[in-house]
Amino acid sequence: MFNFNVEKTTETTAFDNVKKWDMLIVGGGPAGLNAALYAKRKGMEVGILTDEIGGQLHNTATVDNYLGISDVEGADLSDKFLDHVQKLDVPILKSVRVEQIDHRDPDFDVLLTNGRVFRTKTVLIATGGFPRKLGVPGEKEFNNKGVTYCAICDAPFFKDKDVIVAGGGNAAAEGVLDLVPWAKSITVVHRSQWRADSVLLEKLNEIDKLTVHLETQIKEVYGDDTMQGIKAYDKVNDTMRDFKAEGLLIEIGRVPNTGYVKDLVETNDNNEILVDSNQETSIKGLYAAGDVVSQPFKQVVISSAEGAKAALAANQYLNSNYKENENYGRATT
Amino acid sequence: MAEQLLNEDVQKQVKEVLAPMEGSVKMVLFTKEDPCQTCGETRQLLNEVSALSEKIAVEEKDLNQDKDLAEKYGITMTPSFVVLDGEGNYKGVKFNGIPAGHEINSFLSALIDMSGVDYGFEAKDVEVIKNVKKPVNIKVFITLQCPHCPGAVQNAHRIAMLNDNIEGEMIEAQTFQELSQKFDVSGVPKIVINDEHELVGNQPLDQYIEYLQKL
Repeated sequence: MFNFNVEKTTETTAFDNVKKWDMLIVGGGPAGLNAALYAKRKGMEVGILTDEIGGQLHNTATVDNYLGISDVEGADLSDKFLDHVQKLDVPILKSVRVEQIDHRDPDFDVLLTNGRVFRTKTVLIATGGFPRKLGVPGEKEFNNKGVTYCAICDAPFFKDKDVIVAGGGNAAAEGVLDLVPWAKSITVVHRSQWRADSVLLEKLNEIDKLTVHLETQIKEVYGDDTMQGIKAYDKVNDTMRDFKAEGLLIEIGRVPNTGYVKDLVETNDNNEILVDSNQETSIKGLYAAGDVVSQPFKQVVISSAEGAKAALAANQYLNSNYKENENYGRATT
Repeated sequence: MAEQLLNEDVQKQVKEVLAPMEGSVKMVLFTKEDPCQTCGETRQLLNEVSALSEKIAVEEKDLNQDKDLAEKYGITMTPSFVVLDGEGNYKGVKFNGIPAGHEINSFLSALIDMSGVDYGFEAKDVEVIKNVKKPVNIKVFITLQCPHCPGAVQNAHRIAMLNDNIEGEMIEAQTFQELSQKFDVSGVPKIVINDEHELVGNQPLDQYIEYLQKL
């Protein structure tokens, strides 16, 4: 009955007092939290700036592929991460967004949308992504009028309703599972083949009210005051199809949240940040980790590991590039 | 006796979370005779949490019998409750529906914040909030399954605590379906300010500040 993950009061006075940070982490998901853990353990003056804690974990009902912690709710795993970080007294400034990062060589200024600016020697960009849109007519018009991007948040609104799920990856398969207790019927409409893990697909096979249409591309969302259905192109039979539904869950991946650094770092065609094997971007001292970077496997365990790598690499960078008298308390290896 | 809502583990965690409370607070819960979907569970939750800290008092009122008090707090639905400060003042912090599921987090946060613990708003934001002279009502529609929702409720309540002209209320969308439909809620968190300005999704504080500055 209770999803108990109360965020303990976080220490924020450091954001008024620290003149120059060793590392500022932008983002409070697995990459950012694990980086904070590793950085703090090295003795770095590290802080987190974030809109929310948890990142994509907060859109995930169940995580069952994090080694050693099976079948855990996404928000609960996020809370375990946060709890660990807070035990080390890492200052966290929440409910803020970064507007811009300026390179004041060799330092950086991190500017928040509320006007505050923080000076730091290194930065980790770990801001994850936003839900990818289908980009079809009606999607925007019926957003929150049937169209949703968060299954666990909005599933109750689909009680006894017909719901379509767009997507064929793990998130879409998990979205189906989130909808099962609520929806009258669930129809997966996906433009290609399943990419979800077989362990998830086996679960879907057991759902009587699920119908799957692969090789079928959504072309339009329609309705009046609220969504009433979709039109989609059936590639196999070369025909348009009409699916009546009052809900559409879109789970077709994420677009990286990198708009605020697009002019600062090198990115690929998908606006994902290019990094080296130390998670360092095209700028020295500026790191990126998690769903914002160009590696294709968006997983909690990978994001966490990248955060750790970035923190350790930043520590080495600081030892090599900043004077000994600024090195108080920081590990030198 | 009904089964405990908070098991021993959760009770221990709640105690730890509430430990930083400074002053005392009081919850005033409004219920009514059947039909009331979740009045019983809400009563039990408030009583169980209250029992975990001597700084938390709870009082129950009947919406139909205690009309004057309900009107004072702007309560028209059940179950609803307000969190008052140590002197019994209403500071605009209201919950409509049971704050269970993920919403237990905004519930406990409201108790801690109301007790006087500094929640770290910046001075310039506090100034903007305190300067609001017109009545402001912030409705935050939520579902109990939504992990993003407690943050939105927490922001609304924290803003409300700083200015008596501002009220922040959580509305549990499943319990209050009619109201949710009136505001076209089919995605949460949905934030509605003064019944007209809508924000969907948990928003950073500066989104609220921007709106309040324009008033």
